[in-house]
Amino acid sequence: MPRDLALALDEGRLAEHAEVGSDLSPDEAAARISRALRPRWRTVLRTERPGTVAVSAEKGYSREAGNLLFHVSLLVALMLIAGGRLLSYQGSIVTTEGSGFCNRPISYDAFHAGRWINTGRLADFCIDRLNSFTASYRTDGSPAQFRADINYSTGLDGASRHDVIRVNHPLRMAGDRVYLINHGFSPTVTISRPGRTPVTDTEPFLPGDSFLTSEGAFKLPGRDGATDTDLGLSAVFAPTPVINGGVVTSIAPAADHPVLAVLAYTGELNPGGQPQSVYSLDQTQIAAGKLTRVGAKNLTIGQSMTLPDGTVIRFDGYRQWVTLQVSHDPTQTALLIAAILMVTGLLGSLAVRRRRLWVRVIGSDSSPRSVVSVGGLARNDTGNFAAEFEAIVVQLAAVLDGARQPAASSAAEKIGAGKD
Amino acid sequence: MAVSSGLASLSESLWTAATGTYMLAVVAYTGEYAFGKNGRIARTSAAAARQPVLVGGRQPADLLDPGPAASRYGAGSVDSNDAGRRWGRAAVALTVLGAVLHLASVAIRGIAVDRVPWGNMYEFTLVVGLIATVAWLATLLKMPQLRYLGLFVMMPVLLVMFLAGTLYTKASKLVPALQSYWLAIHVSSVAVAEGILMTSAAITMMYLVRARYERGIASGRFARWGERLPAAASLDKAAYRTVAFAFPIYTAGVIFGAVWAEAAWGRYWGWDPKETWAFIAWVVYAMYLHARATAGWKGNRAAYINLLGFAAMTFNFFVVNIVISGLHSYAGLN
Repeated sequence: MPRDLALALDEGRLAEHAEVGSDLSPDEAAARISRALRPRWRTVLRTERPGTVAVSAEKGYSREAGNLLFHVSLLVALMLIAGGRLLSYQGSIVTTEGSGFCNRPISYDAFHAGRWINTGRLADFCIDRLNSFTASYRTDGSPAQFRADINYSTGLDGASRHDVIRVNHPLRMAGDRVYLINHGFSPTVTISRPGRTPVTDTEPFLPGDSFLTSEGAFKLPGRDGATDTDLGLSAVFAPTPVINGGVVTSIAPAADHPVLAVLAYTGELNPGGQPQSVYSLDQTQIAAGKLTRVGAKNLTIGQSMTLPDGTVIRFDGYRQWVTLQVSHDPTQTALLIAAILMVTGLLGSLAVRRRRLWVRVIGSDSSPRSVVSVGGLARNDTGNFAAEFEAIVVQLAAVLDGARQPAASSAAEKIGAGKD
Repeated sequence: MAVSSGLASLSESLWTAATGTYMLAVVAYTGEYAFGKNGRIARTSAAAARQPVLVGGRQPADLLDPGPAASRYGAGSVDSNDAGRRWGRAAVALTVLGAVLHLASVAIRGIAVDRVPWGNMYEFTLVVGLIATVAWLATLLKMPQLRYLGLFVMMPVLLVMFLAGTLYTKASKLVPALQSYWLAIHVSSVAVAEGILMTSAAITMMYLVRARYERGIASGRFARWGERLPAAASLDKAAYRTVAFAFPIYTAGVIFGAVWAEAAWGRYWGWDPKETWAFIAWVVYAMYLHARATAGWKGNRAAYINLLGFAAMTFNFFVVNIVISGLHSYAGLN
């Protein structure tokens, strides 16, 4: 026992302090106390000088174990998060009904890979085909469910399997998950230019509001060598349209007699041959007069418009597209385990109570033969230590009384057996 | 199943009734605070806090009349003033009635929309208020001598009820992103943690007032407030225990959120504004727990960290939900 604590005990300066007399010899009394405490407490018994025996006891070490577990798990979790950055990849792609893609960096519209990913050796799987996409809505227009019905295959020549990807229910393969992220419409037009084979084109349109008023473009190159015969259609697709002063907007996200509002331009679409947005025509070309508007019309399905040069543009209908996101992160499971250990450690470090007891038995020649001073200290201020200490002292007194009633020792077994 | 508008409007009427009842309860608590002999309670409650509190098995009726049980703390620890006691008993009765109406409002809203009743800010706020009220009644069951502090608990709850009114959203089904059993797990654990941390913040504010009073530097208005509050040491301990209880729940709630985010958005953590602020609040509360165990940071400084944590959490709830657009934009207030 450190001297200052011994002194504190002698002077009764510890917060919790009690004295009990006993007719046992100091050695016997201290031995009994030590034995009684041992199942739950770490005890050290020491004879300070002849006739004075001290027992110090401590419990609640699992608090420190919990503390350690929490902090080590936190560290491991941080390392796994960092490792996940290096070992993960993510790709997203817009897929229209009827088409599919394979897991190659080149397939994706956007692809981000960690430093340690060999992009040449991604997992072998293909989304063979987006069979259909279904969005259902409630009467108030809020979405009820989104379902992407797909066929996929894994391995180099695996059989095609069927699955439905929904929000909150990704397709999970070994190591890779496929998520449904976004959706929209892809209108189809057939463009018949005089003297040329008709072209049917389906392009994804970008939703501009929650009712899926979507914008997009169709781009057809002109005759080889001629720079000013390109045809560009800038269009707005409204699934449930209202036409107000010639401007088409959608008032519901589900398709109900949709309208395609077309602005047709001829001229030079992309003089530099630089990559440009697939969702719009180059506005600088229009502003510079290099693209001239040659027609404008709102088309319902099956309707067509004729441009001055005899070109006929027919709105055939629409398909739907979805954005699928492929995610790969091999550290996730380990991270979840680390997180569970963190919470476990936290519970231990916050709920377990550390307690210390100092007992000093001083012998005397008169009765009582031994004076037992007990001091207690709560190392954490959880729980009601005053009550706990009171109970411990009562039980220690019972142990010392056991000289006359040996059967009482069973009560002693439970000292400190409270919630810890 | 479509939304039942009849049940939804019944739920709204119950919200009105619960709010009105709480308002009467606050009036009654104020009455007790004004007419009861609170000064004497404050003086003895510090001593009472050191006594074992073993009144858990008492009948609910005793709740309304803590007189007999009080004898173990010595005469006068609970007021014997008749006017104060009548007000106090009325206050508790009204709180119980309000809580029943409140619970019915939340439950019927859940039945009306056929899902867990915490799918938007209005519903979440109602649930947090209910948790706070139930926690207060549970506290009263164990420690009836604290009844005179009811004003400081039920006043914030009343504010929360009014706040819910301003955040009102029509009863509706959930968007697909929220159709997951994680809504029940993640949101409920966070709501419970936030309710408890709110209590801790309230206790901390009482602590700061009381600590000022005990240092003897308070003058004017605050001095009288401080005199009536429990001992600073007890308040400090209570604030710590509530955080120690809520912190693992909050941690688990954030982890549940990460697990859900993995299923819904393709990644477990993406520094969405909500995630970022949840992390900030978590770090601040972790700092509080560390500060509490560090010499030189105990007491007032730790108390301010506690309030800072609550501020971060409140910011995360209101500003991030309403003002900042992110993946968690489910407030339904657009």
